[in-house]
Amino acid sequence: MSLCNEPPQLGGVDLGRRPMRSTPLRRVIAGRLVMGVLIACSTVAVLTTIGIVLSLVFESIQFFQIVPVSDFLFGMHWSPQTAIRTDQVGSSGAFGVIPLLAGTLLISAIALTVSGPVGLYAAIYLVEYARPSFRAVIKPLLEVLAGIPTVVYGFFAALFVAPLLRHGGETIGLDVSSESALAAGLVMGVMTIPFVSSITDDAITAVPSTLKEGALAMGATRSEMIRQVVLPAALPGIAGGMLLAVSRVIGETMIVVMAAGLTANLTLNPLEAVTTVTVQIVTMLTGDQQFDSAKTLSAFALGLLLFMVTLVLNVIAQRIVKKYREQYD
Amino acid sequence: MTETMESKSRRMASLRKKRYRAERRFRRLGFAAVSVGLIFLTVLFGVVLISGFGAFKQTFIQLDIAVLQGSDNYQGMVKQALRDIFPEVKSRRHKRQLYALVSSGATYQLNARIEAEPDLSGKKISAWFPASDDVDMVIKGRIARDGPAELRRVTDQQLRWIERLENEGRIRTQFNWAFFTSGDSREPELAGIAVATLGTLLSLLVCLVLSFPLGVLTAVYLEEFAPRGRWTEFIEVNINNLAAVPSIVFGLLGLAVFLNVFNLPRSAPLVGGMVLALMTLPTIIIAGRVALNGVPPSVREAALAIGASPLQAVFHHVLPLAMPGVLTGTIIGTARALGESAPLLMIGMVAFVVDLPSTILSPATALPVQVFLWADSPERAFEERTAAAILVLLLLTILMNLAAVLLRKKYEIRW
Repeated sequence: MSLCNEPPQLGGVDLGRRPMRSTPLRRVIAGRLVMGVLIACSTVAVLTTIGIVLSLVFESIQFFQIVPVSDFLFGMHWSPQTAIRTDQVGSSGAFGVIPLLAGTLLISAIALTVSGPVGLYAAIYLVEYARPSFRAVIKPLLEVLAGIPTVVYGFFAALFVAPLLRHGGETIGLDVSSESALAAGLVMGVMTIPFVSSITDDAITAVPSTLKEGALAMGATRSEMIRQVVLPAALPGIAGGMLLAVSRVIGETMIVVMAAGLTANLTLNPLEAVTTVTVQIVTMLTGDQQFDSAKTLSAFALGLLLFMVTLVLNVIAQRIVKKYREQYD
Repeated sequence: MTETMESKSRRMASLRKKRYRAERRFRRLGFAAVSVGLIFLTVLFGVVLISGFGAFKQTFIQLDIAVLQGSDNYQGMVKQALRDIFPEVKSRRHKRQLYALVSSGATYQLNARIEAEPDLSGKKISAWFPASDDVDMVIKGRIARDGPAELRRVTDQQLRWIERLENEGRIRTQFNWAFFTSGDSREPELAGIAVATLGTLLSLLVCLVLSFPLGVLTAVYLEEFAPRGRWTEFIEVNINNLAAVPSIVFGLLGLAVFLNVFNLPRSAPLVGGMVLALMTLPTIIIAGRVALNGVPPSVREAALAIGASPLQAVFHHVLPLAMPGVLTGTIIGTARALGESAPLLMIGMVAFVVDLPSTILSPATALPVQVFLWADSPERAFEERTAAAILVLLLLTILMNLAAVLLRKKYEIRW
């Protein structure tokens, strides 16, 4: 409920026709002041967004003065090795974002192949099958996966999963790169399991029990009820959740910085090393750089791209989730 | 087509069997999915624990040092002490290998000790000095003594010396205090997490000081006072989107605005805290709104009915009742900020820092960034330290989340 700024009235009863004491001026001024502070605070979030957009756009414009937008968006090569001396040969570098996008998509696809089914089935099991006592213990445990700092996953991917895959590949005669997309993708997938499962959980609990009971009353088994009634009804919610998971995976940085490769590689082979948008942002900006070089500025163009893609995904996902919620409310 | 009763019921029975089989399969798949998550969690914790636990102990070597009067050649004294133990070592190559057994930190420790106790001058003292990381790894069994020589970084000669030192009782392992009290170092045996921990604490402090009041006041405004309308809706959509912006983008904002426009120092906990505050803000606002929304309208109405102004009703009655929920959200947001490293990389908190930060403007690193830095180092001993730093980080994260759970359990009011 929202309160209005009117002076309080004593229960609205007119006592003996005497004029009611008006609010002291002090209180009015203090009230206005506090209100001003409250409104100012609520604009910080908006200012942050404006700040993000402005800083990214401003630096990107500078970048696009050096590298044309079309070369950036449609270029097939990413090798930002700018020369130290200006007279050096090949000092321009190549800033085509396609290989980075391909790498990002490859790793994201691997991650979602893991977290999608696992998260979905885990949520179904915990909501529909597990005993409440089992659920009470297991659900928080699964959610621990979401609370682990991403550097820890990065360490785990680089020092445990990647060597494991490499050795495993060797024994069956496959050449697995030690910075394979598979290692980073798998670990990232595990990280997003609780994310997918908690959204699926919400979506299937929101399906009215009359639908479920109806299905069971018609003689459906539990799995038939889930597959044919609950999941179709919960589909929009789950789809929205998956989109949020995609946006999360795309923006994830530390795991890929530690476990994925540094050189751009246009491939769809999950056993090879690929690099991602976030990895390149970090590589371009860590270490001492001249701030106005194309190399550092390119990080902001990549950041702008990342911001826009995730923003679009989030907006669509939130629309879907919201629309779906209204359906049953 | 007339089907006999019997054949029909047989058909139905087999169909039923098939359906039940499908049911069991489905159920097992669900259980398998849960197991995958749990197994992974166990393996992750297991790997970190096993590889990190060793770093809490450190190998020390006992040396009898003859402190020369008026000399400040501490390195020479340490080397002399080693030569005293192994007088047969003559060749230059072997001598260099011998000196490599003791950490280069021994010189500084000796220096500090003699400066603190000047009366030691001219005497012979017996003291324990940190062994080099390779010796440490051999003693802890991380470098196999009988493995092929080219795979271990220790020569056969050095192994024989280590064995002799062990037999003479000159080698022992003890709790690694230095890991918690010193800053970063190129030498694994001297590197510690003090700078990173302090940097993290300072950043989180800045983050809390900024984000808590801002978040709570925004939540109060949006939930209690804001007129329903386009502007309010815009702010709400904004906050929801901000919560899903990749963390690295916040780092870019920090770099472009805080560092390049406001010219704040690089690597400073102040800037780190500011960036983390912007990231935590949406979490606090959303949690705050949920908590405020949970306070029943009767509380507001009662306050208003006895003459409180709307502000008084909110700040004296509604907000205190919503506080447990707000605090829980704040702790969860801060725990997330604790593990965040990508935005800190952007604002230069990846520096090699040896000295403890004295203010929020002095350079520092953060715990997760230290993990990132060490994970990149080739030395075996750093792998152990990385895992140990992760253990500390995980412990802090778990403690914070536990605090949030307990707070919720203890103070949560069911209306």
